[in-house]
Amino acid sequence: MSDYNSGYNFGSGASADLGSKKQEVMDKVRGELALANAQELINKINEKCYDKCVPKPGARLESGEQACLSKCMDRYMEAWNVVSRAYVGRIQRESAGQQFGGGM
Amino acid sequence: MSAQDPQMQFSEAEQRELAQFLEAENAKARIQQTVHAMTDSCWDKCIFKINNKTDRNDESCLSNCVERFLDSSLFVVKRLEDMRSSAV
Repeated sequence: MSDYNSGYNFGSGASADLGSKKQEVMDKVRGELALANAQELINKINEKCYDKCVPKPGARLESGEQACLSKCMDRYMEAWNVVSRAYVGRIQRESAGQQFGGGM
Repeated sequence: MSAQDPQMQFSEAEQRELAQFLEAENAKARIQQTVHAMTDSCWDKCIFKINNKTDRNDESCLSNCVERFLDSSLFVVKRLEDMRSSAV
């Protein structure tokens, strides 16, 4: 559910037949939330990868620094997915426990 | 029961459906926000070198980080409750 790769639709913006106004609203909301999520991710990647890959800023971005940034982006997105799976898994386990009167 | 402006009004069934939909999307967004915060913190705790792939150690550090964060949150809440109930 929370993998970064879920992507986003911008919605068709096509003619609104009767009944698809609702669909339009839903698509718009999904699109906006997905965009906000993507922007947050980009901001985090910028911050973390700049810190890791450009410790001593020079007169230009060196090729080694660029390669590091590229790898770092991949590592961060993978980390996001690992965290997401761990978190969602834990939520699911906790709520299952409660259903059966868990918690001593 | 037809609205003055059918483009602007949703039927009761549609309103219910939209309310449920928004509720679900909000819950999803809150989860994603938490994932962002935890990834930020756990990245600092777990990732020191940028490698060519995310190895098993990194993965388990990140997983542990999430689980321990949640354990800590539960611990804090429970302790606050204990403090409150004992401070009569």
